[in-house]
Amino acid sequence: MADIPEHLLKRAAERRAALADAGGGDQPPADPPPAPPTGGAADEPPASNGGGSGEPGSNGGSSDEGGSDDGGKIPAHLLARSAARKAETAEAAAPTGGGVATATAPAPTATAPPVGATGHTQRLLTVVKAGSIQDVKATPTDKVHTWPHLLVGEFVASLVCTAFLLIFSAVVNAPLLGAANVNRTPNPSKAPWYFLGLQELLTMFHPMVAGVTVPGVALVGLGMAGYIDKNPSNKPEDRKFAIGMMTMFLMFWAVLVIIGSFFRGEGFNFILPWRQGVHDIFDL
Amino acid sequence: MATRMNPGDKLAERWSKFQGGALWASIFRPGSIFRKGYTDSPRNRSYVIMNSVLYHLHPVKVKRHAVKVSYTLCLGGLSFFLFIMLTVTGIFLMFFYRPTAAQAWTDIETLQTSVAFGLLLRNMHRWAAHLMVISVFLHMSRVFYHGAYKPPREFNWVIGVVLLLLTLMLSFTGYLLPWDQLALWAVTVGTNMMGYTPVFGDQVRFVLLGSKEIGTETLLRWYVLHVLMLPFVIVIFMAIHFWRVRKDGGISGPL
Repeated sequence: MADIPEHLLKRAAERRAALADAGGGDQPPADPPPAPPTGGAADEPPASNGGGSGEPGSNGGSSDEGGSDDGGKIPAHLLARSAARKAETAEAAAPTGGGVATATAPAPTATAPPVGATGHTQRLLTVVKAGSIQDVKATPTDKVHTWPHLLVGEFVASLVCTAFLLIFSAVVNAPLLGAANVNRTPNPSKAPWYFLGLQELLTMFHPMVAGVTVPGVALVGLGMAGYIDKNPSNKPEDRKFAIGMMTMFLMFWAVLVIIGSFFRGEGFNFILPWRQGVHDIFDL
Repeated sequence: MATRMNPGDKLAERWSKFQGGALWASIFRPGSIFRKGYTDSPRNRSYVIMNSVLYHLHPVKVKRHAVKVSYTLCLGGLSFFLFIMLTVTGIFLMFFYRPTAAQAWTDIETLQTSVAFGLLLRNMHRWAAHLMVISVFLHMSRVFYHGAYKPPREFNWVIGVVLLLLTLMLSFTGYLLPWDQLALWAVTVGTNMMGYTPVFGDQVRFVLLGSKEIGTETLLRWYVLHVLMLPFVIVIFMAIHFWRVRKDGGISGPL
């Protein structure tokens, strides 16, 4: 899948081979401290095993086990190791005869810390789940690559749009009436279709209302929608009022535009388009 | 080079040498797939966007639901695409058009009858303009019904409303330019409506017409608005619109 550089692959292969060699020879006999049943990478002593997932060959038990038991916070193998260690330290503390010999758990403070084969002295105190100390997004969003998933779609859409436009333009000509003549007013005279809603309003109301107030309020109200609507949800069932208002608003203009386009004839009087034919009353 | 190569191999070798050369390297950015070749891999998929001008428009990854056609219906993108189509066909029309009352109509007629593909390109310009008004309007409706105008996107919605207004103005200014009866009287009706503006009604009308009545001055004025000023303004608003889409967290979430 991802192209890993050649030299890294080579290095990984070499390392793996070396590990296999070392592991195969060492594991059974070499058992310096009580070896806990952790993952397969056994070329290092278990003292460093707490953070041992960085080893290249450790695709074995540790990570899988951690995932398998979901109920407990601490993975089973770590619990087992901790129990083994406790037993061992209790054993060790008893013969020395120290003051705290009877206490089982806190005993290790008195004894010399166990030293690993390579001299490591650190101990595993606790396991902290990554989620609590790392800034991990709780719900990672499901994402796909823009190329090809989005770009192919956009390209196809633009092709379809171009094809439609070409074919439509080859078949239907744009209107070009006679040259403009200020002395010959056509009847009816109509604005472009998207303004016909306004022209329709003008037949019903005072120009001040129809030509200025209504479109002005409509536009400002539309622009302020995001500031007026305080409902944070975008689920349709939570926003019946907003959806109802918008639908009424859109239908209001759509109906006015349709009436203005197809139902207004000579003198902008109401007519039925199928009586007279659309051609005399409407043009794009 | 001891052995003779056949011309095809020679050409291929020249070409690959050219691709390794300084000129090619100056054109394509270091990570570009045109420099390092493309095989399908997650990294190369990212490089396609990251090392091309498309990075200004799209992020490397988008939400999965956002690429569904049924979510956006492509309306915003198609509006932008129609704007590009209109620019291309409009530039073509500009070669054959003079915005004076004496010449405008004849120029259009000549364009339709004696310029190769003149009629087709004028048709495309006209229909694309109507389509753009429709697609911008539908895009607005779509965005509203998805609740995508809500915070943090409320300001981008305002810009969108401005873009709708600019689209209508572009369409309306273009309506006059053929200078036929349809254009003249549609614009007469339209500008009369704007004359109802309170207090400055007459002044607004005068500024729009360039005189008391529609004439050559109006034609020149609307031509400059149509081919230069409004496109300039709308491109700026579109840039802000697209930029804000990404800055506001990409396309809105699923319902």
